[in-house]
Amino acid sequence: MDGEDGAPKSLMEEMYANGIEGVDDAPSSSTSTTIRKNRPIISGEQLDIEAYAALYSGRTKIMRLIFLADHCDNSGMQLEALRMAYDELKKGENTQLFREVVQKIDGRLGPNYSTDATWCAMVDRKADQRKDKLESELNAYRTNLIKESIRMGYNDFGDFYYAHGALGDAFKSYVRTRDYCTTSKHIIQMCLSAILVSIEMGQFAHVTSYVSKAEQTPEALDPPSIAKLRCAAGLAHLEAKKYKLAARKFLEVGPELGNSYSEVIAPQDVATYGGLCALASFDRTELKNKVIDNINFRNFLELVPEVRELINDFYSSHYASCLEYLGNLKSNLMLDIHIHDHVETLYDQIRSRALIQYTHPFVSVDMRMMADAFKTSVAGLEKELESLITDNQIQARIDSHNKILYARHADQRNATFQRVLQTGNEFDWDVRAMLLRANLLKHEYNLRASRKI
Amino acid sequence: MNSVEGLVNQIQGLSTTASDVLSLQNLLKQADDSLHAESTRLLPFLDQLDPSKHSLGYLYFLEACTAGPVTKEQAGSYVLMIARFITSCIAEQIRLAPDKFITVCKRFKDQVLLLEEPLRGVAPMLTAIRKLQSSSEHLTALHPEFLLLCLLSRCYKAGLSILEEDVFEVDQPRDLFLFCYYGGMISIGKKWFRKALELLHNVVTAPMSTINAIAVEAFKKYILVSLIHHGQSPTNLPKYASSVAQRNLKNLCQPYIELANSYSNGKIADIETYVEANKDKFESDNNLGLVKQAVSSMYKRNIQRLTQTYLTLSLQDIANRVQLNSPKEAEMHVLQMIKDGEIYATINQKDGMVRFLEDPEQYKTCEMIEHIDSSIQRLMTLSKKLNGLDELMSCDPLYLLKAGRERQRFDFDDFDNVPQRFNI
Repeated sequence: MDGEDGAPKSLMEEMYANGIEGVDDAPSSSTSTTIRKNRPIISGEQLDIEAYAALYSGRTKIMRLIFLADHCDNSGMQLEALRMAYDELKKGENTQLFREVVQKIDGRLGPNYSTDATWCAMVDRKADQRKDKLESELNAYRTNLIKESIRMGYNDFGDFYYAHGALGDAFKSYVRTRDYCTTSKHIIQMCLSAILVSIEMGQFAHVTSYVSKAEQTPEALDPPSIAKLRCAAGLAHLEAKKYKLAARKFLEVGPELGNSYSEVIAPQDVATYGGLCALASFDRTELKNKVIDNINFRNFLELVPEVRELINDFYSSHYASCLEYLGNLKSNLMLDIHIHDHVETLYDQIRSRALIQYTHPFVSVDMRMMADAFKTSVAGLEKELESLITDNQIQARIDSHNKILYARHADQRNATFQRVLQTGNEFDWDVRAMLLRANLLKHEYNLRASRKI
Repeated sequence: MNSVEGLVNQIQGLSTTASDVLSLQNLLKQADDSLHAESTRLLPFLDQLDPSKHSLGYLYFLEACTAGPVTKEQAGSYVLMIARFITSCIAEQIRLAPDKFITVCKRFKDQVLLLEEPLRGVAPMLTAIRKLQSSSEHLTALHPEFLLLCLLSRCYKAGLSILEEDVFEVDQPRDLFLFCYYGGMISIGKKWFRKALELLHNVVTAPMSTINAIAVEAFKKYILVSLIHHGQSPTNLPKYASSVAQRNLKNLCQPYIELANSYSNGKIADIETYVEANKDKFESDNNLGLVKQAVSSMYKRNIQRLTQTYLTLSLQDIANRVQLNSPKEAEMHVLQMIKDGEIYATINQKDGMVRFLEDPEQYKTCEMIEHIDSSIQRLMTLSKKLNGLDELMSCDPLYLLKAGRERQRFDFDDFDNVPQRFNI
């Protein structure tokens, strides 16, 4: 578990241990070819950084590694993440991020991992040259007014800016291609690029609008693209804290996604986000229909067996083990850039749902047994139940002397009588006040009228 | 002198039939100024007139008599005279000169206050109101004076009969404001918080073109009573309150609004510190007692909330949750609430446990059926009244004029002009 490892294990050992476990635990699945893909990466154990990073490509890989380094406590993991980020950055052209990572490393990894000023200068020079070339080409195309070439020109500009980390300019260039798109395939390409940049920038409002734009041209969409769009929409909803919508979107992602969207999200993430959001927001019928009986989603869940187990436990009312799995997953989830600030809310919602579901079928519940089932003390449980009752999510009353929870069903007849009498009184009051006010107004009106005459 | 004597004779002669009384009224109106000129010498003539027969004439004389400044000794005799007059006068005659009657009664009230014996004025004033009113729904200028006397003499029960009547006709808006304000204060004194809330609500939401001090004071009390009775303060005035009130009332009652906000947070310690800090402001408005009542109602609110969540609870737990000092205090509070009928519970002293019960009302008794039936009857009468008013309004020429101009035109007939001019 986290914190137990003082010195960083050697990478080979870690891979080996995980690999063997992976082979044992992984169900026979014909879709994956290497052991690495079957290994439960988001699991209760300490995060295997290399395996984690291998799921992603492009800029998001670097951002995730940096996020990991910023947020984990283990300095061994931190240095590992920064080292991998450095190597990845060297393969690219983003000198700004490179400088940042070097600063974070702070010389702790030895002389090989320090500021490589020559490399930076070279990359910057090449960048300037390429930019000039692109600009001249674009101007040429613009004078020629050939739509396709102008579109390609802006696209190249967008790619260039993206590679160099100028996300705002990249977005603007991609959006400019809109005027020069001729076929629906072009539009899809533009939308996908815009979505990618928006996700990197964290502006999920754009993501939603471009997803809907892309979905309006269904004829050009192939299944991987549809899956990609659904993932992007799910991410946008997650950021907006609309967990139910996010869950629905993630659950609709088909298996065609594969690894095609590794610049944004990995299939393990789809399973984790979808599973947790569904648990926090769906009721039992929806959970059964859309998650447990969902064949497509089952493939995703195989990649994260702990999430699969915890969903099954929740549905079959084994709350203690469900909450235990959740607790184990928490530390690794806090290191994920998209879900880390939603973990607390989702966990609270899942716990409340578990409590409500536990008490639902019973007329009376022994609170001591319930406290055991939820691995908490009776006093703590009483507090939790009190807040749920006050929010009207559980209809029950607590017998604090004997520590029993009694279900309480409102007496409809009495409640109706009470409401009737109350409505009558309110009507009485309102009408009398109204008649009085009408009289006053008439008086004032007469006064004014008499003054006029 | 002659004119006065002649007047006295005419009064004695013309006070029998209704038509005579009308001609007498004209005479008196013409002679009014001369009467006022002789005000100091009118007293002996009053003895020649009998208030129970010559009420109108007596009224004019009385009004002229009391017009000037009055000393304390004179006040004593005047008070007796006016009281006797009010009790014995004939209602129809004095209704011919309502302004004079009102002036006389107001002077009566001033003199009673001068003598510092407001209790003497309560009963006569009540009789005066009954005689002046054209119907029980009519609010006269004497209503607020009467309530003021009740307040000053602490004779709240006397005000009860007046307060229970519904008021629908008003002479002067100012009378209504004062009436509702004093009525609210009397109700608070008797702890009829619902009635107080109703009266103060009427003041605060009455149509007014400029903000007036009565409304401001009424709003302060309204917030406090609302906290006591409902446990929450009115955040916004309803839409039908005048725009002047909506804009300005909140600014003028700032400390009370903040008190209401800290009440809704539910922490007793906070609200007590706030009250301590602003004690002088509350005291200068004479509202400190009400504020203290509001604070103590908070404990009640919290205990009531507990009945929703718990079936049984130990006294120690109650004391902790409601932030009381000891289980003994909690027991006292719960006991008081059970006695007042605010919660249904039983206290088991052996275990130190309180068991909360459901409302035992089953809505099956005869009394309940009668109650519901009478409510239905009352509401039906009210509804008929509302309909009647609506019909009256739709025949009103001014209304037709305004509505006619702005109505939609679907038919040829609609293009006829609604009559534009009326000779009213």
